Amino acid sequence: MNTGPRLIEVRAKVLKQNDLLARELRDRFRRSGVYVVSLVSSPGSGKTAFLEQLLSRLSATRRVAALVGDLATENDAARLKRAASQVRQITTGTICHLDAQMVDKALDDWQLEELDFLFIENVGNLVCPSSYDLGEELRMVLLSTTEGEDKPLKYPTIFNGADIAVITKMDLAAATEFDRAGARQNIQTVRPGMQILEVSSKTGQGMSECLAVLEACRDASRVLS
Amino acid sequence: MHELSIAVSMVEQIIDESESRGGLQVEVVHLKLGVLSGVDKDALAFSYEIACEGTFLVGSRLQIESIPLLVYCETCKAERSPGSIHQIDCPQCHTPCQQILRGRELEVAALEVAA
Repeated sequence: MNTGPRLIEVRAKVLKQNDLLARELRDRFRRSGVYVVSLVSSPGSGKTAFLEQLLSRLSATRRVAALVGDLATENDAARLKRAASQVRQITTGTICHLDAQMVDKALDDWQLEELDFLFIENVGNLVCPSSYDLGEELRMVLLSTTEGEDKPLKYPTIFNGADIAVITKMDLAAATEFDRAGARQNIQTVRPGMQILEVSSKTGQGMSECLAVLEACRDASRVLS
Repeated sequence: MHELSIAVSMVEQIIDESESRGGLQVEVVHLKLGVLSGVDKDALAFSYEIACEGTFLVGSRLQIESIPLLVYCETCKAERSPGSIHQIDCPQCHTPCQQILRGRELEVAALEVAA
């Protein structure tokens, strides 16, 4: 009789629960016809300012809403409410990322059918959000000109897992001697083929292009589904 | 650090797995961890012990197998292993590779149980 330890194959994804819920959310978003975009970046790279611009510009023609994640305070939601009526803050307490369950809970009483775009601003963090699918269609990763252009090399996982990179604070590029070519090269190194947008939320530079890209992505997803 | 959240999910999952099989006495948990999973090996190992406290997994061991990056090179029409996650291109022809075949794993591969 074998008395040694037995090996039982399991092959189970650790974040299976999150992945399953994210898949349900994605199905729900598609059925409702709402295009969901998430934003990830380090703290202070301008996610909220960028989102404020996106919401106010898009709301001229589209029905928009946002969920915004932070460890504490409702400040970002208050700021964004100036640009869109439907904004909800998710305060995570000590948790450094959003997960599918938090998104699901936050959307509880929302009528998704009445929306065209839903934005999810993740907690400012370039590490932890990379492991959690939120059910979004598009993930944008932001990098500001005030950060080092080697950020993509330092955080390859989050850049690799995103769909579009957005370089923010372009109005400060000259002042910070931002190495634009180097930053673009670094993004391509860790995520070959990624589309890169350059914006300034302050001057509005690049925002029209950004809107056009989002509309095109939304159209493409509607053809597919 | 999100490794503690991940360790807690993992422990819950192993408990479910064990219960669905009629109660296993788990001694070793074999985990596959991709280099592009976004999870730090040491932080996870540390968190695992904390997550096990108060459960029957206390005293079990976490064995982490690191899974290197494997990509598909469109130029060579072959699977390739880039030397680092900071340079995701073909080590032979240097074509940037978009298709990642392995390296994102975060999965419990097997449980070693007392006979």
